[in-house]
Amino acid sequence: MTGTLAAIGAGLAVIGAGIGIGMVGGKAMEAIARQPEASGDIRAGMILMAAFVEGAALIAILLSIFVK
Amino acid sequence: MSRFAFFLFLNIFSIGILVAEQDNHSGNHDTHAAYDPAATAIHHISDGNVYTILDAVTFPLPTILYAPEKGWDIFFSSVFHAGHHEDGHHSYNGYVLHHGSVFRVAEPGFPMEGSVELEGFKHTEEEVNGKKTDRYFVNYQGKAYILDSRSTLDGGVLGGSLTSFYDFSITKNVLSMLMVFGFMFWAFRTAASRYRNHPDSAPKGIQAFLEPIFLFIRDEVAVPFIGKHKYMKFFPLLLSIFFFILGLNLFGQIPFLGSTNVTGNLSVTFIIAFIVFIVVNINGNKHYWQHIFWMPGVPVPVRILLAGVEGMSLFIKPLTLMLRLAGNISAGHIAILSFIGLIFIFGNAGQSVGGGVIGTFMAIPLTLFMMAIELIVAFVQAFVFTILTASYIGAAIEEHHHAEEHH
Repeated sequence: MTGTLAAIGAGLAVIGAGIGIGMVGGKAMEAIARQPEASGDIRAGMILMAAFVEGAALIAILLSIFVK
Repeated sequence: MSRFAFFLFLNIFSIGILVAEQDNHSGNHDTHAAYDPAATAIHHISDGNVYTILDAVTFPLPTILYAPEKGWDIFFSSVFHAGHHEDGHHSYNGYVLHHGSVFRVAEPGFPMEGSVELEGFKHTEEEVNGKKTDRYFVNYQGKAYILDSRSTLDGGVLGGSLTSFYDFSITKNVLSMLMVFGFMFWAFRTAASRYRNHPDSAPKGIQAFLEPIFLFIRDEVAVPFIGKHKYMKFFPLLLSIFFFILGLNLFGQIPFLGSTNVTGNLSVTFIIAFIVFIVVNINGNKHYWQHIFWMPGVPVPVRILLAGVEGMSLFIKPLTLMLRLAGNISAGHIAILSFIGLIFIFGNAGQSVGGGVIGTFMAIPLTLFMMAIELIVAFVQAFVFTILTASYIGAAIEEHHHAEEHH
């Protein structure tokens, strides 16, 4: 039973990370379309922010793995 | 187009080999009657004391073990005579090899000196203190002897538990690290000698591959985050981290070569993240520590609150570095293994040929897709680790001339 709940928790974490990374990527694309000359800086910032969002989700997923 | 066809062929070929390998795994063990995709995936991504290629060639590795009441045991893991599923057929000085890992027999009565022939292994799940625990047994002369837990230092938090012996062996992961280290050393020495001998000619060979990456790390990571004047002090660290992680990521992607999962191993990423933690905090200046423990420009109650939050983030930053890399790389390996596992789920562990064929046709495009994604992930994760390291270092050594404006 706890295993099932952990799996649901992992899924929820992935939904959150998906929304977050989607927003980061979408806004970055908008910014690049507005200001193509700044695309290098924006892309670096985008990857950094996506990594932060992903880090939060990964902690949740790993916690759900270790709950037995 | 022909390149794509070649890649497809390589992929189908690799799946074929893996199928043969897993068939061996599921066929020979009465304890593994039903196919368990999760256990198979975990076994394939974990570290081991033997290096097996395609379940056919098993390379012995130096095994260095220490038990407090017994002393050191140093030998080659070939003494175990590893067979299918990386299970050893012989014991040695009270140690046995199960699923590629060395275990110690904890029960008295088992011969603690010399080598004896074993009859197989047994695996049960038991409830201890309301927690499910895996128990492993070795069969010897009709009796099952319990095995001590695998040697871990995590105190049982990450699935292991405290045990009676320590394992300092050159394992599969250590060997992979040494090989990648050797390759990197050769590659950079080759490039360096070309720069020395032909300083004015265009880059060639391995140098032409390394130079753009080198410049990219300098111009997009080190200089913008750390600053033009200070980056040279940390540039070697950033490059070492980047190329070490990239090399190990890509090495783990090669089919047939044991598909080692070094950067997906929490112990490895812990050490890399720990080095980053030390470097960041040793180089942190006055402003950095002030911003952590006594944030300027905010009321005192908020300062106390922020000191707690910032103090926690001091440790959370390297912790997420460690988890992100290990999680991403392990997830990629597990996804590929799970897609290959479809063949056995549909094929009912070798009972239904038709299902196996359907599973194979599902597994080929999915595995191809995952392998392509994993190539990107290998680069992105190495880059993310480096860029985050650079940003942490940059934040620690930054001079705040207008600190009050921020808040």
